[in-house]
Amino acid sequence: MEYQAKELFAKHGVTTTLGVVVETPEAAKAAAEQLGGVTVVKAQVKAGGRGKAGGVKIAKTPDEAFQYATDILNLTIKDLPVNRVLITPATPPEEEYYFSFLLDRSNRQYLCIASVEGGVEIEEVAKTNPDAVKKIAIDPGKGVDAVKAREIATEAGFPEPVFEQAVVMIENLYKVFVEEDATLVEVNPLARLAGDKLEALDGKVSLDENASEVRHPDHEHFEISDEADPLEAKAKALGLNYVKLDGAVGIIGNGAGLVMSTLDVVAYAGENHGGVKPANFLDIGGGANAEVMANGLDVILNDAQVKSVFVNVFGGITACDEVAKGIVGALELLGDAATKPLVVRLDGNNVELGRQILADANHPLVTVVDTMDGAADKAAELANA
Amino acid sequence: MSIYLNKDSKIIVQGITGGMGAKHTALMMDSGATIVGGVNARKAGTTVTHKDATGTDVELPVFGTVAEAMKETGANVSVLFVPPAFTKDAAIEAIDAEIPLIVVITEGVPVQDTAEVWSYLQGKSTRMIGPNCPGIITPGESLAGITPHTIAGKGPVGLVSKSGTLTYQMMYELRDFGFTTAIGIGGDPIVGTTHIDALQAFEDDPDTKLIVMIGEIGGDAEERAAAYIKDNITKPVVGYVAGFTAPEGKTMGHAGAIVSGSAGTAAAKQEALEAVGVKVGKTPSATAALAREILQSL
Repeated sequence: MEYQAKELFAKHGVTTTLGVVVETPEAAKAAAEQLGGVTVVKAQVKAGGRGKAGGVKIAKTPDEAFQYATDILNLTIKDLPVNRVLITPATPPEEEYYFSFLLDRSNRQYLCIASVEGGVEIEEVAKTNPDAVKKIAIDPGKGVDAVKAREIATEAGFPEPVFEQAVVMIENLYKVFVEEDATLVEVNPLARLAGDKLEALDGKVSLDENASEVRHPDHEHFEISDEADPLEAKAKALGLNYVKLDGAVGIIGNGAGLVMSTLDVVAYAGENHGGVKPANFLDIGGGANAEVMANGLDVILNDAQVKSVFVNVFGGITACDEVAKGIVGALELLGDAATKPLVVRLDGNNVELGRQILADANHPLVTVVDTMDGAADKAAELANA
Repeated sequence: MSIYLNKDSKIIVQGITGGMGAKHTALMMDSGATIVGGVNARKAGTTVTHKDATGTDVELPVFGTVAEAMKETGANVSVLFVPPAFTKDAAIEAIDAEIPLIVVITEGVPVQDTAEVWSYLQGKSTRMIGPNCPGIITPGESLAGITPHTIAGKGPVGLVSKSGTLTYQMMYELRDFGFTTAIGIGGDPIVGTTHIDALQAFEDDPDTKLIVMIGEIGGDAEERAAAYIKDNITKPVVGYVAGFTAPEGKTMGHAGAIVSGSAGTAAAKQEALEAVGVKVGKTPSATAALAREILQSL
């Protein structure tokens, strides 16, 4: 979110105005009073297009700030409820620029994108005047030092009165990018304010979750749990890789590719069974044991939309007998609370043992099907019953 | 024949003494792969013992450095099972030792670390597979990674995939034909060996008669592969793309697997592949059926 991006900007010496983050209209009014003058009330959600959605308003007085905060805190922007707004002094820019560093997957390096013609309308500029959007490759092994920053500022064409400020800002933005392990650091707009002052008026930072896990324990405070779906929050707490979707067939599998594929196969099967769809993505990962399996089932069976569950496992590292034990254990634990049918397809590592465990348990809710297609069809049929 | 890995491959394991390293060293030995030792700077001079394919105990030396391991054993492949925080240094050490192939299994490597390793690799002699991948198997000859060696045997199919379990699923679907080599290139945003690299290697491998390419939503690797196939690949290619029904804006497990607007959709990838003559299946079994049809007509 913007205020979090600005926090990281400030930490690395990028000129910006932090403003005040509030969660109520009363606090918004107090913040406006404290800042004095005209303020901007901005919705803080992890989504673009906030302005178009009515999430950014200019307030001339603290009372107006109260009113706009009330309106904005009632908004939902791209399915995300607005739970906080940022109050900043209104600083009308004299010119707007665009600047970003990002991970360039295709070329396996970093990329700097800069334009001095238009900030927020960058996508429009890219279409109508692509030459005005400069793209400069960055070698991850070399990075951006003062010399490279100067080269970038020259290439981008920053005007003389703000040129030296731009060089410093580019160096500092690169620090945000590498020292915080970001995959995107974007300033939009980068504004030239009255008195030729260069400032990051709005920004976005995407952090690499792998890096946060390995070496940035402090990034945890950027995780705002109140926006996540409650089932997603529960799965996350259990360390599961889960995404809530909108259908009736709960899905559990191992490996991101196979689970994605399972969603497809279930959706196709659903076409023959009243159009039922997958309820979620859940990857229990490699080497999952009985406990992980049971946790996964627990999350999915708590989804009120779920009518049937499809467990699709190809044991590579994962052992099918562990998966089977997890299923049996979870069902025992749930007892009478378990009412939804499970379709299980196991293949690979220890498949015979796994199938035997399920056969021995002979649970009335469990159906074992040998093929992925056949199991998907059965699960869709049961969800449509 | 095969690509990148064969019966002459001599494999060392970086991280051989860790949990994952030990477990999969045992499984690689069991598959018949030639494992010649391991690397752990803190346990140099010790040995670990695992059974080979015949059930005989083999004592494997643990070396302090990759360079030393190569000098003593003639190793030409290193498989990395080191934790994500240390993967970059371990990879760079192997590159400095000029080992021809490194296979990075480790999941969760910071992407900027991979970007730095990739930059470091330029102009050097090492090929990197991964990170976050199942590795590579040449059935009946060698295994550098975690793919179960029991799924399928030797045959005319070359398989390249981002995903581990989809690799297994596809090997299972086509186990009656078998594989020259199956390679999982990994699901991270930056990987050392791409679909395109593997496609060209299979094109150059006389025993590979058909190539199966598995992709998934996100990025543009499949579109780039399609463009490459058009100009460079003469062998039949069958494709599969996972994630046709994935909603926009939701990351599906792999860091790169996300549909953003109209970019990265499975439909767009299918279209790009079909435009260059690649037959694309809607499901793994449908894809296998397309492959089977072509293989039977060869």
